[in-house]
Amino acid sequence: MKKFIGFVQKEFYHIFRDKRSLFILFGMPIAQILLFGFAISNEINNVDIAVLNKADDKNSIEIIENLQASKYFNVLEELQSEKEIEKAFQKGKIKAVVTFEKDFAKNLQRLQASKLQIITDATNPNIANTITNYINSILTKYSHISLKQNTSPELVGTESRMLFNPALESVYMFVPGVMTVILMLVSAMMTSISITREKEVGTMEILLVSPLKPITVIVGKVVPYIFLSIINATVIVLLSVFVFQMPIVGSLSWLALESILFIITSLSLGILISTLSSTQQTAMMISLMGLMLPTILLSGFIFPIESMPLPLQVISNIIPAKWFIIILKSIMLKGVGFGFFWKETLILLFMTFVFLSISIKKYKIRLA
Amino acid sequence: MIPIIFVLPLLQLVILSNAATYEVKDIQVAYIDHDNSISSRLLIEHIKGSSYFLAPIHFETSRQAEEVILKDKVDMVLEIPGDFEKNIINSQHPQIALRINAIDGATAGVQNVYIQQIVMHFNKNIQLKNKTLNTFNQSFSKTESIASFWYNRNLNYKTLMVPGILVLIITMLTIFLSSMNIVREKEIGTLEQINVTPIKKWQFIVGKLFPFWVIGLLLLSVGLLISKLIFNIPMLGSIFLIYGYTSLYLLVILGMGLFISNFTDTQQQAMFIAWFFVVIFILMSGLFTPVESMPTWAKIFTEFNPVAYFVEMMRMVMLKGSNFQDASRLIIKTFIYAVIMNSLAVWSYRKKI
Repeated sequence: MKKFIGFVQKEFYHIFRDKRSLFILFGMPIAQILLFGFAISNEINNVDIAVLNKADDKNSIEIIENLQASKYFNVLEELQSEKEIEKAFQKGKIKAVVTFEKDFAKNLQRLQASKLQIITDATNPNIANTITNYINSILTKYSHISLKQNTSPELVGTESRMLFNPALESVYMFVPGVMTVILMLVSAMMTSISITREKEVGTMEILLVSPLKPITVIVGKVVPYIFLSIINATVIVLLSVFVFQMPIVGSLSWLALESILFIITSLSLGILISTLSSTQQTAMMISLMGLMLPTILLSGFIFPIESMPLPLQVISNIIPAKWFIIILKSIMLKGVGFGFFWKETLILLFMTFVFLSISIKKYKIRLA
Repeated sequence: MIPIIFVLPLLQLVILSNAATYEVKDIQVAYIDHDNSISSRLLIEHIKGSSYFLAPIHFETSRQAEEVILKDKVDMVLEIPGDFEKNIINSQHPQIALRINAIDGATAGVQNVYIQQIVMHFNKNIQLKNKTLNTFNQSFSKTESIASFWYNRNLNYKTLMVPGILVLIITMLTIFLSSMNIVREKEIGTLEQINVTPIKKWQFIVGKLFPFWVIGLLLLSVGLLISKLIFNIPMLGSIFLIYGYTSLYLLVILGMGLFISNFTDTQQQAMFIAWFFVVIFILMSGLFTPVESMPTWAKIFTEFNPVAYFVEMMRMVMLKGSNFQDASRLIIKTFIYAVIMNSLAVWSYRKKI
């Protein structure tokens, strides 16, 4: 035991003496949570648009004023002809063009209907759709108020309640994701690199001939990262509660327990990677390119899994992060008990078991 | 190492581009029908008929429905009140209660819009049937809008994501390789041997970075081929412009990697710092979430974010056919960036340990 404590101590020194890595290790989660909380969202505000007003009459000018006055749009340019539309899009500044037909106001009075066209830059389909919807709702409102359009009262109304996230804050969605990615990274990448480092520099041989058992070496390597990960998880939870007022409805002890389970899963994945690679570069490439992108994209962190094509939905099942995100959302936002996430917990346990058994099988006491 | 450099990233391009979609479809509704009348069934039929929704599931009590929403089996619960039909006939305006799982706020918003549209449609159909409101006798003026979606008529998400993910892969790979490279020699001790040779500072740096520059361009070529052959992404602009710009952009990234390399002692540090910046650059680049929806300070930050330049450049040239002049703003910024980064890199490199 004394030997083990000594070894863990050595590992801690390694980590704490590397101030730069330590700074990133603790700076990263803070930076990411703040970015996701304050800068990144899918809401659309203040989009630059252009108008092509061939009518230039009372109604068309009023509509343009209404567009400008809304918080969604900023009318940046007045185009003169259809030819300029393409050029304006290619410059990349504007996302939509609204064109009015020649006798806009006249048609409105004579035919009781006049047309305008909304052309959107649909390279981003989501933005294009949202812009079209916003413009349409501004038009409807304009028709109601300014044209005194009579619309029949709604027969059936709806009363929507947004469960678990009443204000539709995007940070609620991102906090579980960021926490997962950070824990995954700290645990899997850091351990895999610190083990391969000893291999590459040549000190692994010394450790292997020392009286320490191989299992002690590995566990000793892993223990400091468990601590670091727990601190990181705590910081993320504190930030989300105190900076973003995100409620944690479920039980804190379950949150802690499940987080520790996920940390252990990621650590065992890290050990597995280290047994498969002989240089730090390979270990890093596998954990970054092989883990980071799938963890971000296939876990339901940013993109909803239900919208993916079926084969990818199947693949997403082997990503540990997916299950942890489900657990986190259940505990933090829905506040349900273990009965709702025992299946996910079992899956994580099983994954840990698989990772560890492969690593033990592949673990070499001799270096080639 | 070769398979990791080439196969892994490109495999990701092929697979993950399919994952990156915000489309909302296959919405699963659970409903409780306290009325069980022709009208309430008609409303459910309306939902069933929509392409955005799966066939709704019926539950007897709201307790049961709540249970399945907690289990994530359904996206929303719709509760039709008793006397629904009677109240419609008497113009009492019955209210349907909707509970939507809003953990993913953006998706919930869209789902709410879709269901509202269905209820609106339902209203209209009932009015047509009843003709109680004499809608046809009143004349009123209205404005109609015609929407047209340019550059991506089918609103295909892959058109947006494939060029973006290609940017991401090229950036990540080149910055990690270059930032780890020199520090690796430092760590192993071979840098000392190079330092005592008569090789000049610039020769060493160019020699170190040139292979990564080539790797970056190779990745671009294979990536473009994949996007054309597998995803059928259009290439409206000039492919030479893409290559020219990428060569310039790679200089920025490689300079940055070298700079990091000079300031660190171990590969772990180098990789960590590179990772820190790359993640922030990528998240703020407009790749996954639109720049338009960022607050002003974050928009100003994207003006200094090279990854944002590259993402915008690829989308502009490939999807919209922008030419050199349209993109000159980005090219100039990238050029200035390249000069600054590489001067810093050369300046910070010392032939001493």
